Amino acid sequence: MRQSDRLGLYDRILKPRTYELESGRTIDEKRSRMPLVIILLVVATVVSGEITGFRISTLVRRIGYFFVMLGDMFPPDLAYMSQVWTPLWDTVKMSLLGSAIGAVLCIPFAVVSSENLIRSRAVTMVFKFLFSVVRTLPTLVVALIATYVFGLGTLAGTVAIAVFTFAYCGKILYEQIETVDMGSHEALEALGMGRLSSIRYAVWPQVLPSFLSTVLFCFEGNVRYASILGYVGAGGLGLILNEKIGWREYPRVGMILIALFVAVVAIESLSSWLRSKLT
Amino acid sequence: MPEIRLTPAQELSREPKKWIATLIAALVCVALLAWSGSALESNSTGGSGLSVAKGIILGILHPTGDILFTLKSNGVPYLLLETMCIAFLGTLVGAVISIPLAFLGAGSIVPKPIAVIFRVLVMAIRTIPSFVYGLMFIMVTGPGAFAGLLTMSVCSVGMLSKMFIETIEDLDRGILESLSAAGCSTFDKIRYGIIPQLMPSFASTLIYRFDMNLRDATVLGIVGAGGIGAPLIFAMNSYRWNDVGAILLGLVVLVLIVEWCSARLRNALMRG
Repeated sequence: MRQSDRLGLYDRILKPRTYELESGRTIDEKRSRMPLVIILLVVATVVSGEITGFRISTLVRRIGYFFVMLGDMFPPDLAYMSQVWTPLWDTVKMSLLGSAIGAVLCIPFAVVSSENLIRSRAVTMVFKFLFSVVRTLPTLVVALIATYVFGLGTLAGTVAIAVFTFAYCGKILYEQIETVDMGSHEALEALGMGRLSSIRYAVWPQVLPSFLSTVLFCFEGNVRYASILGYVGAGGLGLILNEKIGWREYPRVGMILIALFVAVVAIESLSSWLRSKLT
Repeated sequence: MPEIRLTPAQELSREPKKWIATLIAALVCVALLAWSGSALESNSTGGSGLSVAKGIILGILHPTGDILFTLKSNGVPYLLLETMCIAFLGTLVGAVISIPLAFLGAGSIVPKPIAVIFRVLVMAIRTIPSFVYGLMFIMVTGPGAFAGLLTMSVCSVGMLSKMFIETIEDLDRGILESLSAAGCSTFDKIRYGIIPQLMPSFASTLIYRFDMNLRDATVLGIVGAGGIGAPLIFAMNSYRWNDVGAILLGLVVLVLIVEWCSARLRNALMRG
């Protein structure tokens, strides 16, 4: 799209419509890009439909089977709740500790990737690239690698969550640092303060509230992620979830999912209340 | 008003005393962290962890060239194409599901109780982990990319409807009023008053979600729902770290390219 804007290729093929105003001036209205976008989208949809084998008829005919498993989950096995507590708390603890570790670790890296604090362009580029690469690594893959290195259990899950939080919060933090008002930093340096202490007193207080709110937001998401990690043996709720699905004990699966839902809602409301206090 | 002269020391002593609140917050944080540390346990691999880590890093640094460049259906390029198709159609189907949900969940359009019901529904949809959906959809379509696509779409519903609801609630009503004052019909109001306001934000959300779906697509592999995830997990489970390296390299490069394009597109959309 931008390409055609610059070259004007699109406008050369479809001529702009010209209006003449009452005052005699003429105005060109460029043709809408919509037709091009729609054609591209339709082509992409057809190609993807072919490759993935998307059949609307199968979907309509067999969608009932989707609800079979869901139906089996109700009524949930309430008595099973007593065994859900420990893994549920494990999941919460894993995400809490993982988020905290990741958030603390990302601070120095975010500082050295901020263009306004580090003069050398090469250094910031390298660290920004590092953040991007770590962010593209799927959490599940990190968790699986962590189980090979640290053994099965919650430690592996905590490491995976810390890595994810590190990359996510780090990126947002350096973006925030780069938009900070540098006036007070310069003023403190002019007064003879060292580099680090002027960052501490001028930059840090400006980014702290939004950084904390980012971390809290990330923590919310991590609780949900942590429930998946058990699938590869990294501890928490996913472990029993996977097991019960394997044994087709669906009422128990239903109970686990309800417990997870309540926990997620509780954590989300708590964290959004905290975030509203922060900003 | 008489001028009050204070020495710097007096000025400082008049600062609001926030240290008690800070102290309490810090104590709570430390207590929470200590409590969560209690859950840490791992069935130690008996000191072999480091050698495993070395093997992994060496393998990932020496990716297998064969599967990285072959164009056959087990090669990285085809798998990446399949993953992209899953993410694309998944986002599209997700959007089709979320748009009605978003309108029904927007407090400015439907009565409050109905909006609350639909918001809770969206939250419930969002809570179920993706691999559970994957297993459910495999019962519908059998294993393969189709199941993956449907899973992606349901997983996208949560975030998409949440963002759509925000956009809908931010609609500028003044424009609609002026359109009715100018004598426009309901259809005209939707065409010229509502769609132009919603489109850029919806499109930007969808592009962002496509980006995320591409990254999450590996989760699907573990339940056999197509894409690049399954070969990745198989290679990891059989310790073929060079193949893992090749697949990860392909995935990282693809995600970085798509991310760069999507950031530019969204910037262009935001500028209008």
